[in-house]
Amino acid sequence: MIPRAKLVQQKRDAAVTWLDGRALPEGGVWATKARKAAEDRLRDMGMPSKRDEYWRYTDPRRLTESTVQPAVLHDTGDALPLFDRVDRVKLVFVDGVFDAEASDAPELAGAEISQLRDAARSDLHWARDIYGVLEARGQTPISRPLASLNTAFATNGVLIRVAGKAPRPLALIYRRSQDTADALMHHVIRLDAGAELTLLEDGPVAARYNQVTEIDLGEGAVLNHIRAQGRDHERVGATHLFARLGAKAQLKSFTLSANGALTRNEAVIWLDGSDGTAHIAGACVGDGAFHHDDTVFVNHAAPRCESRQVYKKVLRHGAVGVFQGKILVDQIAQLTDGYQISQSLLLNEDAQFLAKPELEIYADDVKCSHGSTSGEIDANQFFYLRARGVPEAQARMLLVLAFLAEALDEIDDHALAAELRDHLEAWLNRRT
Amino acid sequence: MVALDETQLRDGVDRETVETVQSMAGTYKHGWETEIEMEFAPKGLNEDIVRLISKKNNEPEWLLEWRLDAYRRWLTMESPDWAMLKIPEIDYQEQYYYAKPKSMEEKPKSLDDVDPKLLETYAKLGIPLKEQMVLAGVEGADEPRKVAVDAVFDSVSLGTTFKKELAAAGVIFCSISEAVQDHPELVKKYLGSVVPQNDNYFAALNSAVFSDGSFVYIPAGVRCPMELSTYFRINAENTGQFERTLIVAEKGSHVSYLEGCTAPKRDTTQLHAAVVEIVVLEDAEVKYSTVQNWFPGDENGKGGIYNFVTKRADCREARAKVMWTQVETGSAITWKYPSCILRGDDSQGEFYSIAIANNWQQADTGTKMVHLGKNTRSRIVSKGISAGHAQNTYRGLVSMHPKATSSRNYTQCDSLLIGDKCGAHTVPYIEVRNASSRVEHEATTSKVDDDQLFYCRQRGMDEEEAVALVVNGFCREVLQELPMEFAMEAQALVAISLEGSVG
Repeated sequence: MIPRAKLVQQKRDAAVTWLDGRALPEGGVWATKARKAAEDRLRDMGMPSKRDEYWRYTDPRRLTESTVQPAVLHDTGDALPLFDRVDRVKLVFVDGVFDAEASDAPELAGAEISQLRDAARSDLHWARDIYGVLEARGQTPISRPLASLNTAFATNGVLIRVAGKAPRPLALIYRRSQDTADALMHHVIRLDAGAELTLLEDGPVAARYNQVTEIDLGEGAVLNHIRAQGRDHERVGATHLFARLGAKAQLKSFTLSANGALTRNEAVIWLDGSDGTAHIAGACVGDGAFHHDDTVFVNHAAPRCESRQVYKKVLRHGAVGVFQGKILVDQIAQLTDGYQISQSLLLNEDAQFLAKPELEIYADDVKCSHGSTSGEIDANQFFYLRARGVPEAQARMLLVLAFLAEALDEIDDHALAAELRDHLEAWLNRRT
Repeated sequence: MVALDETQLRDGVDRETVETVQSMAGTYKHGWETEIEMEFAPKGLNEDIVRLISKKNNEPEWLLEWRLDAYRRWLTMESPDWAMLKIPEIDYQEQYYYAKPKSMEEKPKSLDDVDPKLLETYAKLGIPLKEQMVLAGVEGADEPRKVAVDAVFDSVSLGTTFKKELAAAGVIFCSISEAVQDHPELVKKYLGSVVPQNDNYFAALNSAVFSDGSFVYIPAGVRCPMELSTYFRINAENTGQFERTLIVAEKGSHVSYLEGCTAPKRDTTQLHAAVVEIVVLEDAEVKYSTVQNWFPGDENGKGGIYNFVTKRADCREARAKVMWTQVETGSAITWKYPSCILRGDDSQGEFYSIAIANNWQQADTGTKMVHLGKNTRSRIVSKGISAGHAQNTYRGLVSMHPKATSSRNYTQCDSLLIGDKCGAHTVPYIEVRNASSRVEHEATTSKVDDDQLFYCRQRGMDEEEAVALVVNGFCREVLQELPMEFAMEAQALVAISLEGSVG
């Protein structure tokens, strides 16, 4: 066992090494201040280490090592675009860099859309109250150094401020061109009181990526967020979603992940105003050398809020699924309703599911529960279908889809949910 | 408390229980001190103290070396910081590591020779050290149930009852210091084989300085003719207690073992770091029940025992079974995770726990179920109750190794909060490394149900009684797993521990 002080020093040394020779991007007053503060946080926390309790089940090495392992797109069918049926405003990023030509004009009624690389040059921008601010808050109780690294060095990303009800969804489309691109993206989304937006994200991003999204929801604001993560096999990625919810605000976020060598999706949600609602869900299917980690922290910091976490993972051929989820209920947050479920379906003996579903509760008048299960396809259900003449492969597929459907049900928009379901089915069919 | 009318007794709570609760009502019942002349080793911890303890126990060389090895490893280790506990810094040099009543200088030949003051202590605690007695309040069907007791007072064992009768069955039940003298080969073979010296910080400390504890050996095919029990009493001030218990159940044997603990009420905190090792061989079954009632500190959080305990059972062979049941009501700080290593195919581990934390108590307790063999099964039922300013954490690990195919775990942890200044936390680790195993974990947190309280209050109970009744109902699944005499004590304790938590 390495002494604790020595581990801290090792992590700090790793940060110094990583920072060595890297200069913070040039920018205006607000961005420079935010970046400098983030760099200081990174120096203080150090780089993540496999020895951190917080990285117990996922080795962060590939996310931080100096060279990017090449990630080749094997199956072009895997990169088929999603949400094409949806009337949306498209913003395209190639290898994590904004591509204005491939994008629609950034026009959405009631919304102000700018690119981080432009806004960071100005001395004053509304995003300064959010950029790096929510990320900094997210460093307690547990440090997330990859997010600070992102705040300090990201130059790409979109800054969206919505005042009314956005008439069309905004879609962020991620494309790849090189096999060794290393992308840093940082988005900021601010919904003023009563505003509404549907945000779609789709695509393989880059061979390696580190993405931070900071979301600030004013009173009664509603954000629907649907994300389909890159389906290429070899990419590695870490994402952080930091969301602050005002009174009566609603956040619904769903993530679909299929393959990828390593994915760590962190979500940090603060229910700061009373009567807020946060639903966060994920479905993932992994095959072979696949490691998928959902790490979620929901903090009830005001009374009468509701939170729901629903995570489903289908794993086969040595794939590893990780779920670390925590509900923290502050003393003030009476009448909290917190729910969390994480389930995995292991299709082969060598698949793994590692979970740490936590509750930390300081208020007495609450209803909080969590559940976690792991197992193979239910023999009775399988027998039932076989007895009715359903062929073996189809029966298996039906049960896998039924298992994942509980997470897809978390999506309010039925058309979008149906598209994801079709997509998933096609994906599973190609693989069986 | 208002006396209960006969008609208001709920199923499963008999009049006797209620009366016991009433008679015990008030504060910590076992907080008095026995005034007796003690012999202490010098304060502080170093290799000489380790040597002294070993010498006092007349130990062979290998055991001294084993202790010194543990001590040297302990020096390189750090106190664990991962539990949700605020542990004030402990000055290990400000403790006594060995305390023995002067009257025990000459080892008494039997319990009849033991200093009457010491015997009185146990009588006052309700622990029968006379063989004809059974534990208070329990009426057996025809003949009274016998319980053999090993009484440990600070660092030494006073004596063990029913030795002859147990010996006739081939069962060895004695203090570990006696076992070192009389059965060195067994001690050498099994000591540290379940919890190695460097297992963790507190286990290393215990391995270096353990003074006494119980040793149990059940030969193959023997069903232990009575329940075995050890009662630990900390009496001396500034003295740590480091007992070591070793239970070996040979093929096809069966034993039920009970453990109880109390300490005087003092302003200063006291350290207790115990290790319990259980070896369970083919088809054997061990049931280990604990009612832990160390002094929890006063209502302002002053004093109390720091309880840092490592308990582990190793189901080494096929179809071995172990069952931990614990009622944790005492101690200022509890750090305790009785575990099961399910090595043998088809072996089984069970863990039933009630942890109550009131006032300023902190508890971080749970279990580990490590599934290594095929078709192994485990079951965890944990009930945590927090009141006052207390913090109560369930921490558990369920690990299904790749070879532990077709295994099964079910975990249920429920937390109950009484008042808005306490905390209830759940930290389970679930590691599934094969597909054919099935793991289920459920946890809930809620407050004492207002409707249930209202119902009780309407029927004339005062608030505290009503809460005690509701809480006893909440704990019932665990209480019913306890041996009868413990279940009663536990029910009473549940009520007492929560006193002052409402209103």
